[in-house]
Amino acid sequence: MPTFTYMTRCDGCGECVDICPSDIMHIDPVYRRSYNVEPNFCWECYSCVKACPQHAIDVRGFADFAPLGHSVRVLREEKMGTISWKIRYRDGRVKEFTFPIRTTPWGSIKPPSDYAAPDANALGSQMLAHEPTALGVEMLPTLPVLDKKEV
Amino acid sequence: MSQRSSKNIKFVDADILVIGGGFGGCGATYESRYWGRDLKIVLVEKANIERSGAVSHGLSAINCYMGMQWGENQPADFVRYARGDLMGLVREDLIFDIARHVDSTVHKFEEWGLPIMKDPKTGRYLREGKWQVMIHGESYKPIIAEAARKSASEVYNRIMVTHLLMDKTRPNRVAGALGFNVRDGQLHVFRAKAVIVAAGGASHVFRPRSVGEGAGKTWYAPWSSASAYGLVLRTGAKMIQMENRIVLARFKDGYGPVGAWSLLLKAQTTNAYGENYEAARLDEIKSLVGKYAETTPLPTCLRNHAMLQEVKAGNGPIYMQTQQVLDTKEKENTGWEDFLDMTVGQAVVWASQNIDPKEKPSELTTSEPYVMGSHATCSGAWASGPEDCAPADYQWGYNRMTTVEGLFGAGDTIGGSAHKFSSGSFTEGRIAGKSAVKYVRELAGNPPQVDEAQLTMLQQEIFKPLENFEIGRNEIVAGSVAPSYISPLQGLQRLEKIMDEYVGGISTFYMTSEPMLNRGLELLTMLKEDLDHIGAEDLHQLQRAWELHHRVWTAEAVLRHTLYRQETRWPGYYYRGDFPKLDDADWHAFTASQYDVKTGEWTMSKLPVHHIIE
Repeated sequence: MPTFTYMTRCDGCGECVDICPSDIMHIDPVYRRSYNVEPNFCWECYSCVKACPQHAIDVRGFADFAPLGHSVRVLREEKMGTISWKIRYRDGRVKEFTFPIRTTPWGSIKPPSDYAAPDANALGSQMLAHEPTALGVEMLPTLPVLDKKEV
Repeated sequence: MSQRSSKNIKFVDADILVIGGGFGGCGATYESRYWGRDLKIVLVEKANIERSGAVSHGLSAINCYMGMQWGENQPADFVRYARGDLMGLVREDLIFDIARHVDSTVHKFEEWGLPIMKDPKTGRYLREGKWQVMIHGESYKPIIAEAARKSASEVYNRIMVTHLLMDKTRPNRVAGALGFNVRDGQLHVFRAKAVIVAAGGASHVFRPRSVGEGAGKTWYAPWSSASAYGLVLRTGAKMIQMENRIVLARFKDGYGPVGAWSLLLKAQTTNAYGENYEAARLDEIKSLVGKYAETTPLPTCLRNHAMLQEVKAGNGPIYMQTQQVLDTKEKENTGWEDFLDMTVGQAVVWASQNIDPKEKPSELTTSEPYVMGSHATCSGAWASGPEDCAPADYQWGYNRMTTVEGLFGAGDTIGGSAHKFSSGSFTEGRIAGKSAVKYVRELAGNPPQVDEAQLTMLQQEIFKPLENFEIGRNEIVAGSVAPSYISPLQGLQRLEKIMDEYVGGISTFYMTSEPMLNRGLELLTMLKEDLDHIGAEDLHQLQRAWELHHRVWTAEAVLRHTLYRQETRWPGYYYRGDFPKLDDADWHAFTASQYDVKTGEWTMSKLPVHHIIE
C-alpha cells in the first residue's frame, strides 16, 4: 500500500507520524492506530518502518507494478550501529544483509561553537570552517581574477 | 476556525533564517553558526529534519569528492566534467567554488561518523567512479541533522513555508518568510535580516510513469515540491536555465540507482538483443549536437537520447546485465546495499517480480522529467559568485546571494552549479551561510521591516483553501466532485497532464514545439486561476495545496524558458521539434527570467556563459 500498519501490533504511539517526510502517516480516530493516508505520496523510504518501536509497519509494493507475496523487512539498531534486512521473494527465496550505519556514538558531534572562534578578519576570506586543515591540502585552490575584457 | 484567527500568530525573529532542513540547509546552519557565534539562527523545515529532504532515505555514494589530499582530482577538472555533461552551459565560478571546498565537507562527515568505504589496497576512499565514493549511507541524513541541530538556535519542524516576505521600504529586499504549522495550523511569521532558501527542487511537475498508487515512487522524493523555485521566483529574483529539466535512466519502476552497477561493478547496458547500442548511434548524435558528441564521458542527456532511439526502434526493453558481474558474495552485497541504503523500493520490485540480479538482467527506462539545481542539471536562481574568482558581471557583493538583497540560496535553489549532489549541496549551504553572516554584520542598524499590509493579505490567502472546502462541501452530498473547488490532488493531476502533453514529458517522448508550448501556456494560465479554488479538507491537504502552488509557478517558469530557448541543447532531456539541433551561434548562453510581482509580467533574457577554466 506502500506502507501499512498491522492492527494487532500498533499501539498508537505516533513515532511514524512524527518522522514521515511526506506527512502521510496519520492516527485513525476510530482505532487510535496509525495508517497511510496517501499511498500515492509514499516513497517507500522506510523512515516510519525503521522508527516504529513495535515493528508494526510494513510495506506492500506499489500495486501498479509489484506482484503480491513479497516482503522486505528491516531492523535498525542505533546503539549497535547496524541495519539488517530480510528480503523474502514472491517464490519464497530469502536474502539477508547487515550493513553498518555509523562509526561514532549518537550525539557525539562537536558543535561548531565549541571550536576556537575564527579571527574576525577571516570573515572576508574565501576560507570555510576548519579549512585549510580539513581539506587535506596546504592551500585552498583559487583562480586568477579575470576582468570583463578577458571573458 | 481557530486556524484563521488573527490572534493565532507566532512571530519569530532571527538574524539568519534557513528554509529547508535538507543537505543545503544543514550546511548553511552549521557554517553560519561557526562564523556567527552570537547570531540567532533559525532553521525551518516542512517535515522533521531527522529524516527530511532528498536524503531522508539514505544514500549509497557521495557523488562529489575531489580527493585533493591524494592528488586524485583538482577543482578545475571537475568544472570541465560538469561543463561537458551540461553541453557547455554552466556557471564555472560557482562549480569551481564548490569543488575546492567539498573535500573539507566530506572529511567532516567522516569525522562525524559517516562510514565511508575504503579501498583495501590503497587505504583511500573506495571510488565508485572518478568523482564518487561509496558509503554505508543509511543514516547519512540523521548524522547530518545532528550537526545542524547543534548549530541552530531554534529548529521548527512541520512548518510549511508558503511565501517569502519583502521589506516595507525597499521592494527588492527580503524581510523573512511566512508559513503555517501542519499540526495545529498556527501561522508563523519569521522576520529575518538574511534568508537562505535551501528548499527542494521539483518532482511531480510532469506526469509520472506510474499513475496509480505507484505515483509515489518517483525518482526524486515526492515531497520535493518545487519550493526552492516557487518561493524565490515570486520575489522577482532572476532565475536561470529553468528549461534544463533532468530525465534519469534508472532501473524501471523502482528507480534504483545505476551508478554502482555500471561504474563500480562494470555491468553492461544493452538492448533486448544484448547489443551495446550507444556506439552505433554516435554518428546520428553528432548530426544533432556536433562537437559535443565527442565529449568524454558522453553527456548524460546524449546517453538518454541513444536509449530513447533504441526504444523507439522497437529494440527494448533496455537491460542492465547484472548477472554478468555478480561473481562473488562481496559484489552481491555491494549491489544490494546500493539499493537498500537509498532506494528500498527497488529491492521490493526485485522481490515481488522474482528478479535475482545474480541470475537475470534488470530493465532500465528513462524517467519523467524533474526540475532541479543540485543533481546533474542547472535550474535555479541567478546567484552572485565567489569574490576572488567570479567574472565581474557574475558578482554583486555576496557569494550565493540572489538578485534580491538578503536572499541567499543553496542546493536545488541555485542555478548554474550542477553536479552538487549531497556533499556539494551541503558545501554550497556552507558558502551561503558564511556569506549571510557577512551580510548581517554589514547590515548593522538597517534591518528590514515586514510590511503589515502584505502580511494581512497573505494570511487570508494561506487559509483560503480550508474556507473553500468548508463552504463548497455543503453544496454536494458526498464524494470528490464539487462544482466550486478542486482538491490539491486533482489540481496536481491537471498540472502533470499539461506538462506531460505540451512541455515535453514521457507521452510525447520528451518532444515539444512553439505551438505546443503556447497551447500549454493557455491551459496552465487557467490552472493558475483555479488555484484560488483549491479546497482543502484539513491541514495536511492545506500543505498539499501550497505544494501545488509552488509546483505550478515552477512549471510556468519551465514552460517559458523552454519556449524562449529556440534550440535543442540537451537531446535526451527534451526536444524542440521546430528547432531540432544544437545552435551554439545563437544559444551558447543562459536563459533568464524575471517575474514582476506588480504587473504579473515575465521578462526573458540571455545571460553570458563565461569560460574561466580552459
